[in-house]
Amino acid sequence: MSYEKDLEEFEPVIGLETHVELGTASKMFCGCATEFGAEPNTQTCPVCLGLPGSLPVVNAKSIESAIRIGLALHCDIATWCRFARKNYFYPDMPKNFQTSQYDEPLCTDGYLDVDVDGSVVRVPIERVHLEEDTGKTLHVGGATGRIHGATHSLVDYNRAGIPLVEIVTKPVVGTGVKAAAVAKAYVAELRDVLRGLEVSDVRMEQGSLRCDVNTSLNRPGEPWGTRTETKNVNSLRSVERAVRSEVERQAALLRSGGRITQETRHFHEDTGTTSPGRSKEEATDYRYFPEPDLVPVAPDPAWVKELKEALPEAPSVARKRLVGRLGLSDLDAAAMVNAGVLDLVLATTQAGAPAAEARNWWLGHLAQSANAAGVEAGELAITPAQVARVVELVAAGDLTAGLAKQVVDGVLAGEGSPDDVIAARGLAVVKDEGALTAAVEAALAADPDAAEKVRGGKVAAVGALVGRVMKETRGQADAAAVRVLLLDKLGVSD
Amino acid sequence: MPEADAPKIGREEVAHLARLARLALDDSELDLLAGQLDVILRAVAQISEVTDAADVPPTSHAVPLENVTRPDVVVPSLPRDQVLAGAPAAENGRFRVPQILTDEA
Repeated sequence: MSYEKDLEEFEPVIGLETHVELGTASKMFCGCATEFGAEPNTQTCPVCLGLPGSLPVVNAKSIESAIRIGLALHCDIATWCRFARKNYFYPDMPKNFQTSQYDEPLCTDGYLDVDVDGSVVRVPIERVHLEEDTGKTLHVGGATGRIHGATHSLVDYNRAGIPLVEIVTKPVVGTGVKAAAVAKAYVAELRDVLRGLEVSDVRMEQGSLRCDVNTSLNRPGEPWGTRTETKNVNSLRSVERAVRSEVERQAALLRSGGRITQETRHFHEDTGTTSPGRSKEEATDYRYFPEPDLVPVAPDPAWVKELKEALPEAPSVARKRLVGRLGLSDLDAAAMVNAGVLDLVLATTQAGAPAAEARNWWLGHLAQSANAAGVEAGELAITPAQVARVVELVAAGDLTAGLAKQVVDGVLAGEGSPDDVIAARGLAVVKDEGALTAAVEAALAADPDAAEKVRGGKVAAVGALVGRVMKETRGQADAAAVRVLLLDKLGVSD
Repeated sequence: MPEADAPKIGREEVAHLARLARLALDDSELDLLAGQLDVILRAVAQISEVTDAADVPPTSHAVPLENVTRPDVVVPSLPRDQVLAGAPAAENGRFRVPQILTDEA
């Protein structure tokens, strides 16, 4: 809880390394399929298994995708660069090296503007480079799949060799108390950019977008502090929590006169805290050298220019345009960006709902539901089209506001579409005039005092009668209509 | 000792590289390899003197080729029984590898 206070005393410097699995059909250096969730080791071949004598050949689409990502992030594109071998021993790569890029990345020196609390923060990009993903290890014999205490491990190389783009920011300074929000907004914006480019399915929960978050603190006027690198940060919410948790941990340590150790830390989703990873004393000794089996990549500047001209509209620009067209205010737009619901609101309007209704649902009941469940609004089990359907039913008088919430809750609980929930729970508004009239008569008979007060001019007393009718109809009547009906019966008008 | 006579690589560095490459070398092997590597590095240094003076860029590839790529097309993978046939051990369709972290961690 000390985060805000900590950042009055210390200045944060953050940096983000994001790995994106490209959505190519085949792997980076061989023709194996890249489908997620296939049976273990069914998408492997001599190249991605690193068998002797096999030779890699670069997937043309991966180069194009990486360049398009670089262009969308306003980077310079190299006219000539090479792959490099990053040598290390770990069973996730059977070759004992990962093919990556070292001092000659494909794209350098860009930026991404992100919207935080209605103001734009420019996050500088250091580099964008291409590499290959590693295999997946499953640790056996230890507690809950942890590597510590495991007796042995099992490896699936289906993921090994899937093209991976690494996007590295420069140190982001001067964000102050917004550090955690900037980190989250950056990853969210980056995800939207990548989705717009159609280069990856960017599903954090499936690992096709993964984040490492660097954090350090220094007192004003002093040099930057020692940084830690938090791995395993695999949701937008976690990006924000990881920064907060590291700020709080480091501030407490610094204040008590301690020193920060430069280390890798692991983020734990359950507690929202980090713990030290294993120390790799030789971690930086990767002995990179130019990959002899792959020839240099020299993108033709004319082709790069073509790719640049064909880039889709940036999501931030598209958003501004749509927000303007829908007549939403900048303040509304900022609130929606903060809650991560702007795109959902826009999608809901595209599905036919008026902007104000869409906004109210996503900033109101749905934002609360997401918060209560500890997930992002976009992860809720309801689609913008379903929200639009509920809005439509309310507008048609088939649902009251109260019933609409029950319908939405049913959809969130996995009970099916709004229409399924209405049918299953019997939630339709009582439109049967006879039933409604009977309920009104019963209410008047049951509470003659209230009826008398209303007749006597105390219109507010009608509330008690409306309540009786609503109870009688189990909330399925339209309260406004009931009120009109009651006043009418009592010969009173507003 | 004049600069030219200083060893280009020491025994400790060879030991470090051997550890990184997971090679178990004993003392006599370290001495032998340190000497041999030193000779190789001296030879390379001699060439570097010439190429540096003539501004020749380092060669990473013997063939003057660029942009060798393949289209993004899926080709069949190996059948899994063949994939795992060469593995020292396998379990549940996966490669089984020995304990990765020992107690030192």
